[in-house]
Amino acid sequence: MSEHFKVSSNPHIRSKLNTSGIMLAVIVALLPTAGYGIYHFGARAALVILVTIASTVITEVLFGLYKKKTTVTDLSAVVTGLLLALNLPVSIPFWMAVLGGVFAILVVKELFGGLGQNFMNPALAARCFLLISFPVQMTDFTYDTFTGATPLAALKAEESVNVMDMILGRTAGTIGETSMIAILIGACFLLLLGIIDLRVPGSYIVTFLLFAGLFGGRGLDPAYLSAQLAGGGLMLGAFFMATDYVTRPITVKGQYLYGIFLGLMTGIFRFWGKGAEGVSYAIILGNLLVPLIEKVSRPTPFGYRRHGGQKHEK
Amino acid sequence: MEGKGMARFTFVGGIHPYDGKDLSKDKPIRDLLPAGELVYPLSQHIGAPANAIVEKGDRVLVGQKIAESGGFVSAPVYASVSGTVKAIEPRRVVTGDMVMSVIVENDGKYMEAFHPPVKPLEQMSKEEILTAVREAGIVGMGGAGFPTHVKLSPKEPENIDYVIANCAECEPYLTSDYRRMLEEPEKLIGGLKCILRLFDHAQGILAVEDNKPDCIELLKRLTKNEKRISVKPLKTKYPQGAERQLIFATTGRMVNSTMLPADVGCVVNNVDTVVAVYRAVIEGRPLMERIVTVTGNAVSEPQNFRVRIGTSYRELAEAAGGFKEQPEKLICGGPMMGFAMFGLDVPTTKTSTALLAFTEDEVAGMEPGPCINCGRCVEVCPGRVIPSKLADYAEHFDEEAFLENHGMECCECGCCSFICPAKRPLTQEIKSMRKIQLAKKKKK
Repeated sequence: MSEHFKVSSNPHIRSKLNTSGIMLAVIVALLPTAGYGIYHFGARAALVILVTIASTVITEVLFGLYKKKTTVTDLSAVVTGLLLALNLPVSIPFWMAVLGGVFAILVVKELFGGLGQNFMNPALAARCFLLISFPVQMTDFTYDTFTGATPLAALKAEESVNVMDMILGRTAGTIGETSMIAILIGACFLLLLGIIDLRVPGSYIVTFLLFAGLFGGRGLDPAYLSAQLAGGGLMLGAFFMATDYVTRPITVKGQYLYGIFLGLMTGIFRFWGKGAEGVSYAIILGNLLVPLIEKVSRPTPFGYRRHGGQKHEK
Repeated sequence: MEGKGMARFTFVGGIHPYDGKDLSKDKPIRDLLPAGELVYPLSQHIGAPANAIVEKGDRVLVGQKIAESGGFVSAPVYASVSGTVKAIEPRRVVTGDMVMSVIVENDGKYMEAFHPPVKPLEQMSKEEILTAVREAGIVGMGGAGFPTHVKLSPKEPENIDYVIANCAECEPYLTSDYRRMLEEPEKLIGGLKCILRLFDHAQGILAVEDNKPDCIELLKRLTKNEKRISVKPLKTKYPQGAERQLIFATTGRMVNSTMLPADVGCVVNNVDTVVAVYRAVIEGRPLMERIVTVTGNAVSEPQNFRVRIGTSYRELAEAAGGFKEQPEKLICGGPMMGFAMFGLDVPTTKTSTALLAFTEDEVAGMEPGPCINCGRCVEVCPGRVIPSKLADYAEHFDEEAFLENHGMECCECGCCSFICPAKRPLTQEIKSMRKIQLAKKKKK
């Protein structure tokens, strides 16, 4: 037998879970939402999803050629493409979807150093980029014969909405934001696998609900609060975008703070702002605050007393 | 099996790796008598190396002192066989270093040196107990190798409230402590009683992970009438047996890197160490043997051996039936904190807990990817630092940030590297930086 052995520093074992496994789980978790979007909005939704994913993946591959490192196998580009597509209206021109995909991968992610280095969620940043550049197309939620205002816009205009329709997803909106049920199925899947936890989404949603109860103008009206919960991509944002590892704080305390901040900002945007929605902007803003949040939420090491100072004890 | 409703003591963080203990846990301890030469490194402990007191050509007997302690923080070394001193020269040890060693050619007769009879424990003074421990060459046998008499001589012995026997054995694959507890529980309890004699106000704790319910039950039964000893079942989780985590789990007290267990009134010793104390104090025998688990998927017959210290690892592997498949990686100790070995021709020492042989090195094929900030390392870190950031600082040699972010609080348990989905060598990065910082501190 050979007397040559492999030598490395401990530990000598590793868990089975890897980065692409996590990304794959997120993709699987988004399938119910994507599936419902296609069922609800028709075949064009499927095309938008495919085109967007193709644009993110191809951008990743091309940039990989440039930096001479294949990173597309980590599947993160697929997640970005899928998430972006779910945040687009079904009627969006394909070239815009492609532009969004390229922007997400090239500008938001790769130019800042690739996976793990981006400080904004690529899909959300691309959505905001499109929203600012093409406000008309990005807010055109017409489908079938129904010229749709989104339920939140209707709420803001003091019209009545059907909460059950909102929970099931029979409303106007982006491809992936309408069905609360489909989103929650995927979220439960990720929670059960331990890919995400409730720290960010939980504190986000609770804070937002409190804010809505206090400043929403309708008090604790359950129908109104449920509509606020189900509408405007809050669920998709809370469970799939705010939980994005790269752009949320790494500290446990920081994750609660981040969730609370997102809840407050979403409330401010929705109730005090001009528009009816605010999830995307709230999360993007939250992303920018992450370094600060991490700084103030640094954990107290084992065996140290919690005190204000952060000096290393000599 | 989990818990069975008993109170379980634990800490925050940690991991649950595959434990592999089934391979060897039901194999009774087998005596292994070495055939060839035995190698006794003079530095098998933390502190000053021992000084050889024999010369080439000298005849030595079992239990004869062959090297004298080199200072207070040091420990003597004893021959574990009878035979002739063949050489005193540097030899390779498990870590890959060359260490001055006494080499004894075994004559196979196992002739015992004379051990003066010992007084019964009741008649021994504290000093006599401490001297017995010191003279026996006992060091922390869980792997650290810190001289035990130093641990047992804190500045204010009356302030020690707990003497903890570390029976957690949280490292995957290791079963030597388990077998020791099952087969010689009276020696473990006896050893703990010896140590308790040194600390008038202390309670003895046998801290056992609850994946060993048979040990818990056995020890509970045997200590039923012992007022000063209790058995505490710990939640099975790595690194439950790490000193700081163990102290927290059993007493709720916290020790950081700048403190010693004695600062919070605790003294912690591993199972084999406590048994060695028993042998030294009650039987008057120096430290010459220990239990070593030989296991892993490349080993033909995984089992536990009572090994004479100084026996070569090659003999251990052969005694376990050799390798049924070509091993790709050999580890001295557990898979989380053990050393990867360059070869088998190195001696077992006082701190050798196991020989693991794996047909595949699962780490070698893993290409580290970029950190995705998932936070798993933060969740598992028992030291409650942020491993991913510390590793970054270490990588860029940002000493200031490393210290500012409590890099020295890392206990190198390996949980962060284990859990990292990007397969980054977090522990390794942090470890190298810590080494540099510790060396700098020493210089000052």
